[in-house]
Amino acid sequence: MGLILLTVIWLITFFSTYFFAAKTWWLPHGASLATAGIDHQFAVTYVLMGFVFVAAQGALGLFVWQYRDRGSASKVTYSHGNTTMEVVWTALTAILFIGLNLMGSPIWAAERFAPADPGSVPVEVTGMQFAWYFRYPGLDGKFGRTEPKLMDPSAGNEAAVGLDTTDPASKDDVVTGTMYLPVNRQVDLTLRAVDVIHSFFVPQMRFKQDAVPGLAIHMHFTPTEVGEYEIACAELCGLGHYKMHGMLHVVSQEDFDKWVAAREAEKQ
Amino acid sequence: MATTATIHAHAAPEGFVRKYIFSLDHKVIGLQYYFLALVAVFVGMFLSLLMRVHMIWPTAVLPLVGEIKPETYLSLLTMHGTIMVFFVLTTAPQGGFGNYFLPIQIGAPDMAFPVLNMLSFWTTFIAFITILAAFFVTGGAPLHGWTGYAPLSALSNSGPGEQLGADLWITSIAIFCVASLMGALNFITTVLDLRARGMTMMRLPLTVWAWFITAILGLLAFGVLLSAGILLLLDRNLGTSFYIPLVVVNGQVMGHKGGSPLLWQHLFWFFGHPEVYIAILPGMGVASQLLSTFSRKPIFGYKAMVYAIMAIGFLGFMVWGHHMFMSGMSPYSAFAFSLMTMAIGVPSAIKTFNWLGTIHGGRVRFQTPMLYAIGFVSLFVSGGLSGPFLAQPVLDIPLHDTAFVVGHFHLIMGVAAIFGMFAGTYYWFPKMFGRMMNETWGKIHFFITLIGTYCIFMPMHYLGMAGQPRRYSQFTELNYLHNLIPLNTFMTYAAIITIAAQFIFLFNLIWSMFKGPKASDNPWESTTLEWTTATPPPHDNFGGHTPVVHHGPYEYSVPGAPKDYIMQTDPVTGASH
Amino acid sequence: MATLSNPVTINIPKAGGSGGDVRPPVRGDGGGDGSPDYSGRLRRVRLGLVVGLASVTMIFVSLTSAYVVRRGLPTLDEHNNTYVRDWIPVDLPVSLLLVNSFLLFASSVTVELARRQIKRQAALAPISSIPGVSVGSERNIPWLGATLVLGGGFLTGQWMAWRELADRGFYLATSASSSFVYLLTATHAVHLAGGVLVLFYAAAISLLHRPVEARRIVVDVTAWYWHFMLLLWLYIFGLLWFVR
Repeated sequence: MGLILLTVIWLITFFSTYFFAAKTWWLPHGASLATAGIDHQFAVTYVLMGFVFVAAQGALGLFVWQYRDRGSASKVTYSHGNTTMEVVWTALTAILFIGLNLMGSPIWAAERFAPADPGSVPVEVTGMQFAWYFRYPGLDGKFGRTEPKLMDPSAGNEAAVGLDTTDPASKDDVVTGTMYLPVNRQVDLTLRAVDVIHSFFVPQMRFKQDAVPGLAIHMHFTPTEVGEYEIACAELCGLGHYKMHGMLHVVSQEDFDKWVAAREAEKQ
Repeated sequence: MATTATIHAHAAPEGFVRKYIFSLDHKVIGLQYYFLALVAVFVGMFLSLLMRVHMIWPTAVLPLVGEIKPETYLSLLTMHGTIMVFFVLTTAPQGGFGNYFLPIQIGAPDMAFPVLNMLSFWTTFIAFITILAAFFVTGGAPLHGWTGYAPLSALSNSGPGEQLGADLWITSIAIFCVASLMGALNFITTVLDLRARGMTMMRLPLTVWAWFITAILGLLAFGVLLSAGILLLLDRNLGTSFYIPLVVVNGQVMGHKGGSPLLWQHLFWFFGHPEVYIAILPGMGVASQLLSTFSRKPIFGYKAMVYAIMAIGFLGFMVWGHHMFMSGMSPYSAFAFSLMTMAIGVPSAIKTFNWLGTIHGGRVRFQTPMLYAIGFVSLFVSGGLSGPFLAQPVLDIPLHDTAFVVGHFHLIMGVAAIFGMFAGTYYWFPKMFGRMMNETWGKIHFFITLIGTYCIFMPMHYLGMAGQPRRYSQFTELNYLHNLIPLNTFMTYAAIITIAAQFIFLFNLIWSMFKGPKASDNPWESTTLEWTTATPPPHDNFGGHTPVVHHGPYEYSVPGAPKDYIMQTDPVTGASH
Repeated sequence: MATLSNPVTINIPKAGGSGGDVRPPVRGDGGGDGSPDYSGRLRRVRLGLVVGLASVTMIFVSLTSAYVVRRGLPTLDEHNNTYVRDWIPVDLPVSLLLVNSFLLFASSVTVELARRQIKRQAALAPISSIPGVSVGSERNIPWLGATLVLGGGFLTGQWMAWRELADRGFYLATSASSSFVYLLTATHAVHLAGGVLVLFYAAAISLLHRPVEARRIVVDVTAWYWHFMLLLWLYIFGLLWFVR
């Protein structure tokens, strides 16, 4: 039985580790500035935890076989423990865990402590059951007033976010269901939610942030590769949660300006 | 000494109702909790089976339940989580085994407050009926997840199931809070006041320490959940705005303003994090007890184990914000919570090292209880090691609310803790029922379950890294999820097989209760007090005499002793403890 | 049911528990004659109360935290993504609340007197069962009944305070601040009402002639609970007034 246990435990360990090491299913290709830091921290964590995983499971499997009851051949070492070893492995574990945490903290700080750079592209992201809307402030750089009473999701875009067209600053606001961003420029996001909590999740940007009703949350990221990236909702928001998705198009600055101009023109 | 009469102001009961329904005997109450949890776990497993089938075959029309609409999937998910966390993981390990064996293991004739004990079970039962009722009302069961985030859970028009179903859900949980608080009070008073002579705190079995610390966690946490639930009921029914800011649902401006959805999260997780330790600590206690018994060796580092359990309990109150890294909470708070979370990994690691240290140099016997204890250690290591990923906010960015988290907590709560219950069942079954469970079927059940659960939950980590979000009823809408469907399909088949295998356990349990081979008083040659008494124990646990304790709980293979175990009550010296 | 019959020795129950904190508590065996161990039971029930009050405390800790944070939290103006403060201090009926506080304080005094009264009765019980011995005609002032009246007065007064709040335009859902006022005071009132029910039970069992030592335990623990309710009320009143 000891041998069977060892085999089963070691095989489970082997297969689990194999699929991690082979990256059969892995983080998608990252296309943002944050990717390098996050992926590096991820790699350090999973290598260290991988060692601990293999060592612990390996030891468990080994010990249950090695110390199986072999009748009179087995001699038990009566012991209540070993304080020195306790102290040593406690200290090592503490250093490992806390060290890992401190290693990742500067990346968190860079992502979240500082506000967006001046010159970043302002975009307001609004989540509602079950769609994302993106508002661009236009040439005046100002977001116009919105009015909850004017919100009408069935009419889409400007009406969905309740844009108050009597406000002069609203005139050049563009609201779309698809997100466009210029490459290599930081975006200054304002995350809003209209009804329940949603979460704006773009796996390939290594970006996620909950959109909370009653809060206007400022976040930023910088896309570094042109392409099309899926947006998922990552906080349970009702029956349409699984299909509340959007698309982010990262294009050159030129193409972005053209796109915005075309949307402005459509409004006339 | 007529001491047992001092607690038992009542004689042994007569009549079916006093003996089995409204019994004041902690042993009967323990079994009542256990069988409630057994019903709950099969309900919960059935719900998860429906969920896994729907994820792979979203349009399938199933026998008995018909077609599963997206909102139905979310109701299944919500009720699965709620029933499993509350009515299985918070009942059987603590209310079930704890009630039955804590008094006996400390040498007491009953719990401190037998009437309160009886009330706490029946209150739990009422809570269970209330939550099941949610399935049968108009709109059905709520769809807001076991975590019930507001405003989704606070607005009746946020989705189907969010009307009466949600109110019943909250009410059931509130009733459950009251029941748990009653139980916690009883456990704590019992441990502090009813220990037999010679049973010092540092001679308590680690099972008792686990039940004790778990009760303290429950005592301090469930009141906060109760507050949270009351505020939610007020928001839903009396127009207050604790959790709801100005919101517009389907174009309709709701009459709330100024509330904070994050308030719900803070209150819920302040309870919720200690809750997951409540779910796992008793299993750790059982694992320690069994690893020592079946290795014929004292537990490695008894004192360290006690301090580790205290540290886990204490730190468990300081980490709740790690569920909220992405919530809009201050990133500075996130940093503080993440440091505390890494810190709590340390006592957990100590326990794991000590379990390994217990087996090392031992003489391992492989009866079924031991297999589950070994499985517990393996699963705890696997589930625990995904914690340091999630504990770092910067890694939580890609991983929060993905299948990675689901894999993490299922390996620990959904498998390791359950293995603790299996281990306890096979270990204590002879004492409770006077018969042995079948070893062969036990081993078959163990291997299928161990391998099966790894096949279901280990792949969730890969899916999470690939970006599969949680609580998605199907994977048809997002392109990048399409090539994750084959792995999900594999997991569904593993789930079908593993769930089917649980009927082996059920059959073994019920058949052995009536037809199993008769058990001796101490079939495992274990040292703690429950093994000194008759099988099953008499009404006052020790047949009129009061035990006196002379040793610590894990005196195995003491050099020079006549046998390889010394009972705690054995006056023979020869051990240093 | 065991009755107390101790014809020779007078058994004055020791106050407090036995044993230090190193040795586990020795379970007392009463008078060694099979009688129930009331002093042990009293210690146990008091311990249970302390433990239980920890959970009640946590309820009010969480409500306090919610209150303080909400009071300081700015609210989003949905029109222009800016934050404003919207906390409206509640116009509390302070004089009425002060009267209620006095009633509750007085009830604490009466319940304490009830507690000491029954403690004396329980101590003297062995003597008074000796034929021919009289413990004197102690005037039995109904302190328990007085507590019930004063406690009922407090609850009535709280009800009147809620009516007064409504008259001033502060209903449960009027504002965040008013919601908390009702919530905190009502939660306290519910707990106090629980205490009132237990006092009714204590009065009922005296009429049913349960042994005085058993009744003493009920009254003792309820009295301590009652004092806690007073302190809790003073805390809530202070919070709602000074942090309004």
